[in-house]
Amino acid sequence: MKSQDLTTAYRDPAVARALLRQIETTVRNYRRQMTLMEVCGTHTMAIYQHGIRALLPEQIRLISGPGCPVCVTPVDYVDRAVALARRPGTIITTFGDMVRVPGSSSSLLREQAAGADIRIVYSPLDAIAIAACNPGKEVVFLGVGFETTTPTVAGAVLAAEKQGLTNFSVLGSHKTMPAPMMALTSDPELQVDGYLCPAHVSAIIGADAYRPIVEACRVPCVVTGFEPLDVLRGVLMLARQVVEGRAEVENEYSRVVRPDGNPKARQILETVFEPCDARWRGIGVIPGSGLRIRNSHAAFNAELKLPVEVEEPVEHKGCLCGEILKGKVRPGDCPLFRKICTPEDPVGACMVSSEGTCAAEYKYGNI
Amino acid sequence: MNSALILLGHGSGGKLSHQLLDDIIIPALSGIAPEEQNDAAVLPAIDGELAFTTDTYVVDPIFFPGGNIGDLAINGTVNDLAMAGAVPVAISVGLILEEGLPVADLQQVLASMRQAADTAGVRIVTGDTKVVPRGKGDKIFINTAGIGRIPAGRKISGSAARPDDKVLINGPVGDHGMAVMASREGLELTADIRSDSTALNGLVEDLFTACGDKLHVLRDPTRGGVATTLREIAGQSGVDITLEEQAIPLSEGVRGACAILGLDPLFVANEGKLLALVAPEAAEDALAAMRRHPAGRQATIIGEVTAASNGRVLMRTGIGGLRAIEMLSGEQLPRIC
Repeated sequence: MKSQDLTTAYRDPAVARALLRQIETTVRNYRRQMTLMEVCGTHTMAIYQHGIRALLPEQIRLISGPGCPVCVTPVDYVDRAVALARRPGTIITTFGDMVRVPGSSSSLLREQAAGADIRIVYSPLDAIAIAACNPGKEVVFLGVGFETTTPTVAGAVLAAEKQGLTNFSVLGSHKTMPAPMMALTSDPELQVDGYLCPAHVSAIIGADAYRPIVEACRVPCVVTGFEPLDVLRGVLMLARQVVEGRAEVENEYSRVVRPDGNPKARQILETVFEPCDARWRGIGVIPGSGLRIRNSHAAFNAELKLPVEVEEPVEHKGCLCGEILKGKVRPGDCPLFRKICTPEDPVGACMVSSEGTCAAEYKYGNI
Repeated sequence: MNSALILLGHGSGGKLSHQLLDDIIIPALSGIAPEEQNDAAVLPAIDGELAFTTDTYVVDPIFFPGGNIGDLAINGTVNDLAMAGAVPVAISVGLILEEGLPVADLQQVLASMRQAADTAGVRIVTGDTKVVPRGKGDKIFINTAGIGRIPAGRKISGSAARPDDKVLINGPVGDHGMAVMASREGLELTADIRSDSTALNGLVEDLFTACGDKLHVLRDPTRGGVATTLREIAGQSGVDITLEEQAIPLSEGVRGACAILGLDPLFVANEGKLLALVAPEAAEDALAAMRRHPAGRQATIIGEVTAASNGRVLMRTGIGGLRAIEMLSGEQLPRIC
């Protein structure tokens, strides 16, 4: 299939209109407002990019959740990355989003301007290649992301091991997805009526991974793709479940996501990583929601291998990223939004990442 | 030339400098005879208003699919003049060379500059060459200045957009930026994407012939892409512009690469595109004129000025939604997942 077909087939305006009519019909006699949370940052971007929120009937409220990996990375992780960047003979390799995230007193972008060797890569394997070409330097890859990217990081660690590289390591802050959804459903201040479950993550973990949420919390889950028609179908499937009082796992994105996901990717992941408790920016510690490098591969764990002094973490007062990540407030409710906090000079992580809620609202929401 | 590499001595002002100029640079760029070489070029008297522009080119890599830093520098300067409604007359070229640059690379760049200048019908009349130590530059930097003549009666400005004006573009967006990015990063998925670098002065003349004073705004959407350029125009003119997402031409390769990398093609740089805002009654004539020109075969109307306002750009999405378009903030960076 050509790449054009991959997108245009899921952007047909006539199909979109038909789906919107079905959504309207479904909720016409529903008297409450239903709150649907898109968990994934790419969904947030898709919703803004295609102007979907304003097309939906007023009974449906879409809110954004903690699915942007950069946004939920705690500030002390950035501080540690900054400290490593200042370490002589160190090359920091990272996906682009991370370089602008503000730490307590600096960011990787500022360290780069001050002379640190920071390189943006498109794959963890690029970092391996840099390590092979720079035997006299330590190459650290910033491992941030959900189950989508963690298998590729695991693959890079295995490749480094196979090549006998001793100058490559990963500073990890990997997280897993169903856990924060469970945590949010038990938050008494938040009423989520249904989840649009992330597409990329689900391709790895499988649709069945959300069964504990529907069984324990009675919240409908629909695995949904990223094209606008995917999102509209996902909303329709969720709306039907809510109106009919059902709570099931449904899979809108069955062209990619299987019930059991991708076992091979998970196997690679489990060879290198093991579950751990993880701190989520704005949410706090969620037991078992993170992934850390196993002791068997400790030689590739930058945190153990390269001890550095890290400054005391400081969060900006007034920044509501935490509340925004939980879907409790909208970007416009934050006193810093568009005034002090902008994409050029972001205060909170939600404004930094291209998938952050505040960045999306800033970029696309001024209509 | 005895050396196959640029040496510091080539910038010394002495014998090596003269060899570089006399053997390589002047024959390639202008062919001005030694007896005509003075400290400044003398231009013929020009009747009417002048346009004057300068730009500096620092692209990495210097060779990319569809062009190199040399033709980019000439085309970019020609286009900056053309976007002011000017007919290019003369260009200056300042070369900053890094010690160790292969002379063959320099020759290839110079040949491309001459060819681009000949194609655009403009002369390179003066220049300068400096050499910086290895590591203090990046192979080659080029600074240009250009002078153009504005024919009587032309009033082109970013502040001249009016309600109901149509917004036209001469072809698909994002090819140059994506070709350079793919070449720099070694992205194999974008092998068929080539820079659109080209001179647009001929196309601009055809537009003036077709539209006359109904042509209100011309701007080439280079760095920052179509989105940032239209925001500039909307702000300068105090109008709202609404784009139709489905009308914006996009090559299959750029569409796919942007989807995979998480980039918005509206923010990706172009080097052979222009945005023209024309009065509605002249829009069809403008479109026809563009499509007759080789640089405008895929021209299309992508939107219109919808209101006198405070400078917003909106997009009607393919499924009927509406979203805002802001200026590019910093660099576009590939996303994590």
